[in-house]
Amino acid sequence: MTDQTHPEKQEFNITVYTENQIGLLNRIAMIFSRRKINIESLNTSPSEIEGIHRFNIVIHVTEEVVSKIAKQIEKQIEVLKVYFNTNDDVIWQEMALYKVPTEVIAEKAKVERLLRENGARVVAIRTDYTVFETTGHREETDALIRVLQPYGLIEFVRSARVAIIKDSDGFNRKLREFERAEPGHEVVENEFLDSREKVFTM
Amino acid sequence: MLTQEKQAPASPETGTQLSGSQALLHALVVEGTDTIFGYPGGAIMPIYDALYDFEGDLKHILVRHEQGGIHAGQGYARSSGKVGVVFATSGPGATNLVTGLADAQIDSTPLVCITGQVFAHLLGTDAFQEADVIGITTPVTKWNYQITDATEIPEVLAKAFHIARSGRPGPVLIDITKNAQLQKFDFQGYTPCDHIRSYRPKPIVRKEYIRAAAELINKAKKPFVLWGQGVMLGSAEAEFKAFLEKTGIPAAWTIMGAGALPTDHPQNVGMLGMHGNYGPNVMTNECDVLIAIGMRFDDRVTGRLDKYAKQAKVIHLDIDPAEIDKNVKTTVPVWGDCKETLPLLTQLVETKKHTDWLAQFREFEQKEIDAVIREELFPASGEMTMGEVIQQLNELTKGEAIIVTDVGQHQMVACRYAKLNHTRSNITSGGLGTMGFALPAAIGAKFGAPDRTVVAVIGDGGVQMTIQELGTIMQSGIDVKILILNNQFLGMVRQWQELFHERRYSFVDITSPDYVQVAKGYGIAGRSINQREDLTNALKEMLSNPGSFLLEVMVTKENNVFPMVPQGCSVSEIRLK
Ligand SMILES: Cc1ncc(C[n+]2csc(CCOP(=O)(O)OP(=O)(O)O)c2C)c(N)n1
Repeated sequence: MTDQTHPEKQEFNITVYTENQIGLLNRIAMIFSRRKINIESLNTSPSEIEGIHRFNIVIHVTEEVVSKIAKQIEKQIEVLKVYFNTNDDVIWQEMALYKVPTEVIAEKAKVERLLRENGARVVAIRTDYTVFETTGHREETDALIRVLQPYGLIEFVRSARVAIIKDSDGFNRKLREFERAEPGHEVVENEFLDSREKVFTM
Repeated sequence: MLTQEKQAPASPETGTQLSGSQALLHALVVEGTDTIFGYPGGAIMPIYDALYDFEGDLKHILVRHEQGGIHAGQGYARSSGKVGVVFATSGPGATNLVTGLADAQIDSTPLVCITGQVFAHLLGTDAFQEADVIGITTPVTKWNYQITDATEIPEVLAKAFHIARSGRPGPVLIDITKNAQLQKFDFQGYTPCDHIRSYRPKPIVRKEYIRAAAELINKAKKPFVLWGQGVMLGSAEAEFKAFLEKTGIPAAWTIMGAGALPTDHPQNVGMLGMHGNYGPNVMTNECDVLIAIGMRFDDRVTGRLDKYAKQAKVIHLDIDPAEIDKNVKTTVPVWGDCKETLPLLTQLVETKKHTDWLAQFREFEQKEIDAVIREELFPASGEMTMGEVIQQLNELTKGEAIIVTDVGQHQMVACRYAKLNHTRSNITSGGLGTMGFALPAAIGAKFGAPDRTVVAVIGDGGVQMTIQELGTIMQSGIDVKILILNNQFLGMVRQWQELFHERRYSFVDITSPDYVQVAKGYGIAGRSINQREDLTNALKEMLSNPGSFLLEVMVTKENNVFPMVPQGCSVSEIRLK
């Protein structure tokens, strides 16, 4: 229930399109830390357009807070566009990797069935260990941890969340218009950066 | 002194071989910079070396501390409306800029700061005087960037100036590694920047909101305008006045907005906020439509938000979309530069007078005069008040001077009582409240407006924070009037201790040096007075002195600034004593 005095906190997925610029991650992260907001998940990667990056950030706050935060992020010079959506508004996934001793998998047929039931896929097999992958919501990737724990789970890792906004044409068309109008710059490589010994210092 | 023969700066024609430093200085010249405030050091030496040849185009003022340099840059920007330019070296030079950056960021002051940095190949090695300047200054700049290759300089500088001065202005810092300053490259010309793909300095004006705002204003019985510095930042003083005069709406100002409308304008009803005037604060909670123009509802202005103007429909004109609904929920947001939006609004509003409503403000003013102002400006007691000093100053300057204030009681008194006939005449540290601001900012203000009288009004606490800038005055020969209001206390803190901490005066008793002797040491004329009968003459002496002059006035030790909205109270709970 949402009322005026105690508006409900919930998960919001913030989508940020940015220039590919050193230091911008720091600028964006500071917008959260300054307000003492914990980032639950953060993913950043190149978008479909060269030179433009897409951030997916998950936070647990009220709608009022997320809308203010979104404006502050959009205010940053290198930020092109910010959206925020509830979990209902997006399709989201997280990927998880599980490392398990190979002998266990080989010997115990039950494990194989459990893996199949959980939609896991083998990504690497070595004589000493095997790596599985699943993709899904948190409960789904969590479920397989519980299954594999008794069989000697060696290592587990989960990715940040990626999300696609359901009700939007996406930013793709706009981005491509941007790119046509002003193609991204080639990055200047600094000739001094990797030549420590050869450069004269005063 | 033996000096090298100076060479004229290399021609900036396309294809010329230029060093990064030369390219930087050319960029400054093209951007219209005439004055730089700075302090050299190892990591910025190539730029200073190149500066040696730019004497005719770029004046450099050697300050005594980088904090002084950046406050001077702020004063220059605020008095002139241009971008202030500041140089500092790496490490300690750069970190000394942080206070000024934070101040400029919160008060939206356009600055381009250039810091030297260690050689690129030493970055991240804890090299001598290396500091992560980009990391340190990220939260206090509108934009910052590190240049490690000279070829980046023209484009980055063009971007820096565009970002600093456009939209909601702010400070930009460019950190340049020493190799990039030294490196020679084929200069391809300098093109000023007016567009950045990901940067929207001005939101698109939405006509439907202008119409909705006009409708609210036309229906309003008790509309009330609050204005801030946005009016000046948008150079929209004339548009603002036209809007006010057509609508007949009473208008009050935040301290950052002071001067955008002359003090004597019949619709100017005074100052808002914690130490603002009684009427405007009380009436905020009476009006039916509140029209906020280029102001950001700072907590020092609003007091308790949950009791702020709850009865009113709110129209907020602002260039920064992030300001809309940040603190106060708006009924109609008018995104845009008020230079564009105000005329559109003026077209649609009806001509009105609001005589009775305006008269109510004047009634409150009378109440405030009787309870506070008369005694402050014309005290019966023997000791001088800060208010009467400002009152006398007003009489003598006739509202023509630029008043630069430091932070504390004198700041509130000066802002409350100073008469300002012109825009860009009140320079103060509003958002950060930085003690030590006034002396260097006044130096900068004078360079930014050399034809105007500049008076710095400073407390005995604040002046000791940047007093070394007397050296800058001495060396540059600039004419700044320094008025120290000495109450022998860190007055504003003492006032809070008196009112809210049972008079437990914890470390607010501050002793001062003999300021006149100190000034004398710097070759600056001065005088100290403690008798009322000397006040007018001493002020006259200060104002008519051909160069800088320091006047110390001993004022009542334990005087309080009233009215006051105590922290955590609603603006309508403003206390007259
Ligand atoms: C750099 C800095 N440190 C501390 C403060 C807190 N502070 C605000 S007002 C004030 C007292 C100012 O005293 P003074 O300069 O003598 O001016 P007065 O209030 O007496 O007019 C202090 C310490 C501040 N604003 N800035």
